[in-house]
Amino acid sequence: MLPIIEDWWLFFNYNFTIMKILVCISKTPDTTAKIAFADNNTKFASDGVQWIINPYDEWYSLVRAIELKEADPTISIHLINVGGPESEPIIRKALALGGDEAIRINCDSNDSFNVASQIANVAKQGNYDLIFTGKETIDFNGSSIGGMLAELLDLPFVSHVTKFNIETNMAVIIREIDGGEETNKAAMPLVISCQKGMAEQRIPNMKGIMGARTKPLKVLDPVDVVSLTSIVSFDLPPAKAGVKLVSPENPEELVRLLHEEAKAI
Amino acid sequence: MSVLVFIDQAEGHIKKSSFEAASYGAKTAELSGTFAEAIVIGQMKDDLSELGKYGIKKVHAISNEALNNFDSKVYTTLIQQLVESTNANTVIFSNNTSGKSIAPRLSIRMKAGLVSGAVALPDITSGFIIKKSVFSGKAFANIKIHTEKKIITLNPNAFNIIKGNGVAEIVEFTTTLPAYSIEVTETNKIVGDVPLSEADIVISGGRGLKGPENWGLVTDLAKLLGAATACSRPVADIHWRPHHEHVGQTGLAIAPNLYIAIGISGAIQHLAGVNRSKTIVVINKDPEAPFFKAADYGIVGDAFEVVPKIIESIKKMKSLS
Ligand SMILES: Cc1cc2nc3c(=O)[nH]c(=O)nc-3n(C[C@H](O)[C@H](O)[C@H](O)COP(=O)(O)OP(=O)(O)OC[C@H]3O[C@@H](n4cnc5c(N)ncnc54)[C@H](O)[C@@H]3O)c2cc1C
Repeated sequence: MLPIIEDWWLFFNYNFTIMKILVCISKTPDTTAKIAFADNNTKFASDGVQWIINPYDEWYSLVRAIELKEADPTISIHLINVGGPESEPIIRKALALGGDEAIRINCDSNDSFNVASQIANVAKQGNYDLIFTGKETIDFNGSSIGGMLAELLDLPFVSHVTKFNIETNMAVIIREIDGGEETNKAAMPLVISCQKGMAEQRIPNMKGIMGARTKPLKVLDPVDVVSLTSIVSFDLPPAKAGVKLVSPENPEELVRLLHEEAKAI
Repeated sequence: MSVLVFIDQAEGHIKKSSFEAASYGAKTAELSGTFAEAIVIGQMKDDLSELGKYGIKKVHAISNEALNNFDSKVYTTLIQQLVESTNANTVIFSNNTSGKSIAPRLSIRMKAGLVSGAVALPDITSGFIIKKSVFSGKAFANIKIHTEKKIITLNPNAFNIIKGNGVAEIVEFTTTLPAYSIEVTETNKIVGDVPLSEADIVISGGRGLKGPENWGLVTDLAKLLGAATACSRPVADIHWRPHHEHVGQTGLAIAPNLYIAIGISGAIQHLAGVNRSKTIVVINKDPEAPFFKAADYGIVGDAFEVVPKIIESIKKMKSLS
């Protein structure tokens, strides 16, 4: 009789499982923050810096997840961040925008492999149908977490996604490629990295902000991971020599300079 | 112990960024006293032995029409198989959409430390340290890879192509086709245009151009110089131009040889994505526009008067030479 009972459970799961989306959010300095380094150029000088949700995570992946939930309210959106307690304000903001619950893995985020491993460890237990990341963070510009996660979880991965829809249980995706775009179809579960085009930036409303205070934010201890890379130091690019101004009456001079001096045309 | 370079292709042609990756791979190999090989996946039209000119000794081709469709999982499996059979130690990609999709996956499979967005050759004087672009071009980080195996993705336009006389040996790598996890149902190439990420010259327009009907200024100049076109964020947001042209901290980061900004104020978020350009020219009617501080050459003037004159002057120069 056992097989029949098992089949029944499959049927139950198939019909009543709600869709779960895991949205990875990272904390980055505000885009106007002064970029300077401390401790002998080994650390980002974060004094007085405003922190924001990485724009690709917020504007595109989180808002698209929220739009999917607005179309199908049974969808549940979980947020995940790898970072210290100083990440909590940006996690609350993401909850205010529309995440249902959040997980923070309490550890440093200096190595992509470590971050991806921490998230994968949680994702393995969470049965997520979709995992969204931003195409990169605006501070480290690594573009690595999505692909690493997909590999750790043995899932398909589509990067640089500009449009995402679900049609009869399949993900229909438009992604940017060099000099064009491509339409992909993939089964879920699936990992994607999101960029411009997916959705439009939103501002949390009062109801969202009030509601976010009581939404669950679980803090987990990290698992042991050996980092594969480390940051040795930072440098700033050399300053420009200063602009050479050319009279608007004499644009031929600009063309000459670009041709003879800069050798750029 | 060799260096393996992934050669990316579009419609059977090797991408410019892959020639950069090949030159970079050959130099990296030279530094560690070994040689560079390449892997090409899909049916090619270009003559692969040409890769020898960029320092590649041997090209491993997997010439299968079915592989022209991209799937990061399939490509990772094939590259990993070749890494195992050639015992490659370091794998180089261009930091473009393909590289960004495959390299992270491969780093997990190979247990290799990954540095993405490299801008210089590795420093191997103590360990293996690579300079990469961070804060969207506002700074660099020097990253140490701790593992025996290493993966690097090279930023487009960050390393000069080195061309010599070699001829690469071509060998077919035979293997079973891995199962696709993604179906590519449609591809839309913007035909004839230079891909923005690889372009040598970029002409970019901002809100100062007043409306999409005035973009002829930008596109005419671009056509004349064989340049790609770009724009500031608000211009893409209000749909004067397509999203893929948006450059800056939240768009594409580029580093062309020449960047000409017309009617763009030069907000910090815009500069972040373009300040690695070698020569920056700014045309803006406001002498206080912040962009002038980041520029090499500038004209304080009305774009609608200045740009047509520049176009005429370039035409004149071209007809003389
Ligand atoms: C979080 C965040 C992220 C952002 N990311 C980006 C990004 O990735 N990329 C980006 O570009 N922006 C980004 N921005 C927006 C950025 O702050 C600026 O608002 C934007 O770059 C301004 O675009 P613009 O220069 O085209 O327009 P404006 O600032 O309106 O400037 C127009 C310029 O045109 C000049 N002008 C007007 N008429 C003429 C004329 N006839 N001839 C010559 N010049 C003329 C004016 O003097 C002015 O300097 C971001 C902002 C935020 C807050």
